[in-house]
Amino acid sequence: MSEAVLRPARIALVGNPNTGKTALFNALTGSRQKVANYAGVTVERKEGFVTTAHGRSLSILDLPGTYSLRARSPDEAVTRDAVLGKLAGETPPDVVVAVADATNLRLVLRLILELKAVGRPMVLALNMYDIAQRQGLRIDLDGLRRELGCPIVTTVATRKRGIDDLVAQAEALIEEGAVAHANVWREPDAAEIRAAHREAQRILKTYVRPPEHPDTLTGKIDAVLLHPVAGLAILLGILFLMFQAVFAWAAPLMDGIDAGFAWLGAAIGQTLPEGLLRSFIADGLIAGVGSVIVFLPQILILFLFIILLEDFGYMARAAFLMDRIMGGAGLHGRAFIPLLSSFACAIPGIMAARVIDQKRDRMTTILVAPLMTCSARIPVYTLIIGAFIPNRTVGPGLNLQGLVMFGLYAAGIASALLVSFVIRRVFWRGAVEPFLMELPTYKVPSAENVARNLLLRAQIFLSRAGRIILPLMIVVWFLSTFPAPPAGATAPAIDYSIAGMLGHAIQPLFAPIGFNWQMVVALIPGFAAREVAVAALGTVYAVGDAEANVGALGARLAQHWSLATGLSFLAWYVFAPQCVATLGVVKRETNSWGWMGVMFAYMLTLAYLASFVVYHAAVALGGG
Amino acid sequence: MYDTVAEPVNAAPFGDAEQGRLVRLSTARPGEAGVIVDVRAESHPADHGVDIAELQRRLLEFGFVEGARLEVLHEGAIRRDPIAVRLDDMRVALRRRDAEDVWVLLDKPRA
Repeated sequence: MSEAVLRPARIALVGNPNTGKTALFNALTGSRQKVANYAGVTVERKEGFVTTAHGRSLSILDLPGTYSLRARSPDEAVTRDAVLGKLAGETPPDVVVAVADATNLRLVLRLILELKAVGRPMVLALNMYDIAQRQGLRIDLDGLRRELGCPIVTTVATRKRGIDDLVAQAEALIEEGAVAHANVWREPDAAEIRAAHREAQRILKTYVRPPEHPDTLTGKIDAVLLHPVAGLAILLGILFLMFQAVFAWAAPLMDGIDAGFAWLGAAIGQTLPEGLLRSFIADGLIAGVGSVIVFLPQILILFLFIILLEDFGYMARAAFLMDRIMGGAGLHGRAFIPLLSSFACAIPGIMAARVIDQKRDRMTTILVAPLMTCSARIPVYTLIIGAFIPNRTVGPGLNLQGLVMFGLYAAGIASALLVSFVIRRVFWRGAVEPFLMELPTYKVPSAENVARNLLLRAQIFLSRAGRIILPLMIVVWFLSTFPAPPAGATAPAIDYSIAGMLGHAIQPLFAPIGFNWQMVVALIPGFAAREVAVAALGTVYAVGDAEANVGALGARLAQHWSLATGLSFLAWYVFAPQCVATLGVVKRETNSWGWMGVMFAYMLTLAYLASFVVYHAAVALGGG
Repeated sequence: MYDTVAEPVNAAPFGDAEQGRLVRLSTARPGEAGVIVDVRAESHPADHGVDIAELQRRLLEFGFVEGARLEVLHEGAIRRDPIAVRLDDMRVALRRRDAEDVWVLLDKPRA
């Protein structure tokens, strides 16, 4: 038995961004994939497996898209190092599959010339071949095969066409024992890049006949979507639709989940005898799991929008439209994508900041990403708004509660822009990075790819919830249950617990911003994850209650808090670094405790100042 | 943000009416089209976050090379920035300040 049979041969997918590389990866591996991180860096490592017609198992690695092996971002560095076999903890690929958009070969040809210099056995996959054919683009496949000296496969990843052929060609290279040539690649200088372009141009001219019916649709769509006025209006409309969807569409699902967990808690409450175990299961465990899962609909809807817009090709347009607005604040147009993702959760947003080439732009984006209103704040906002803001119509289609919610989002965005402006002045002294970005051809997103991506995001959220939020809920339950109140106690049980003591101890620090000790107790677990604060408030105000639904909690809060306190709490949540997971990701992404400390300190300061101002303004206006 | 453009020293061979105007891409307007004749590394070395040779390499890598056909398609709402161009058969967005060293020989205006 040869070694190749014993361990799965390794295949790496390399290509420009927007070539359908990930769709090809999905078509190859289906559900047999796993996502992790590369050792030492936070670049997402996507590996999958495919079994060939001869029963051989192949490992497929989906490398980040790049225009050149001359890496300019951490993602691109991973691609370069993986191809060169220099990546720590990774064996070099046995076969490189160069993935090309068949309708846009110029830049990928230059990349292929670089890959040839690296010398690994290679297969070229001409993806989106159906579109090329529809456009009447003719490619002399035999000529190109001879010219490049590697097998060529035409594929349509979204329809799973050419996949078996691609696997067979890669396997053939492995079987015939194709070995790597000596690597002669080195970073090209300007003259060499020019020469490579000329070579790519010559190859293109010789083997590719331009399309008879070139794509005109993208140009027509762009005429509207990139229009200086109409384009911005449409972008705002899309953002508004996203918010509406997150609230309106998710509501029935959330109510259903809420009701389900309430029923489960009550059912178990009836079967178990009164006591600690029942309290733990009903109030700690089931309420904790429920408070996590109830936000899944909102997260899925938001990511559905983000993934659809990305796959359609709109994200780059949004970056174009936003660049000058963001640029004025010292942000890169590309920061728009990570910041938009941060509306769902700052963690994927901060990780998505990897698409920004330059360290400074990336740092700024990471530092302000948590100011964007993440979905974990939504439950807190919903609870407080529901309790303190009247549900009243203030104009055609305008609801006061919705307006306040919009204001909170706007406050987050405005402060993110302001902070990044200050960061650029203070840390970077005004230097601005170049901004170069391909505007990909518009494409209809593939339902299967969207579904697969969405599932991945849901898994990541739930595993985060499971690993961080649930244990914390149990800690909160423990802190607020022990020690038990003395016999004949009159105050609520939690007053005698560890949480109560902690809350009372540090409450004086929060008195100037109008927080009572119950709120301070809720903030303690709320530092682990923002949404935990809702469940914690529920625990603090209603320990022992079988039901802990949001409406009842809201009514309770309205009894116990003044309007000024409620508004102060909202202001706190716009800014406070109430998320250990975010801080952890920042530490990993920046590889520095210092940056994490800067973020924590500035957000805490802003939160305290904002709450202070809001509380005292509200008291002065009679809301005390 | 970017300076107004001085005519290049070697503008004369291209600058006459016979051949259309030679302009920096940073000053081109939507609808203007031509051929890239020079991609340099000379503007504002201190102002860019990367050194000017690196900016030139990035432009070249994206296909801003001598001989490429280029047409300005769109510009942003604020200060007409950034711009979207068709570069041979792909579309690219860039800021005007990064486009200063790309010299474009515009097509002769149609009579």
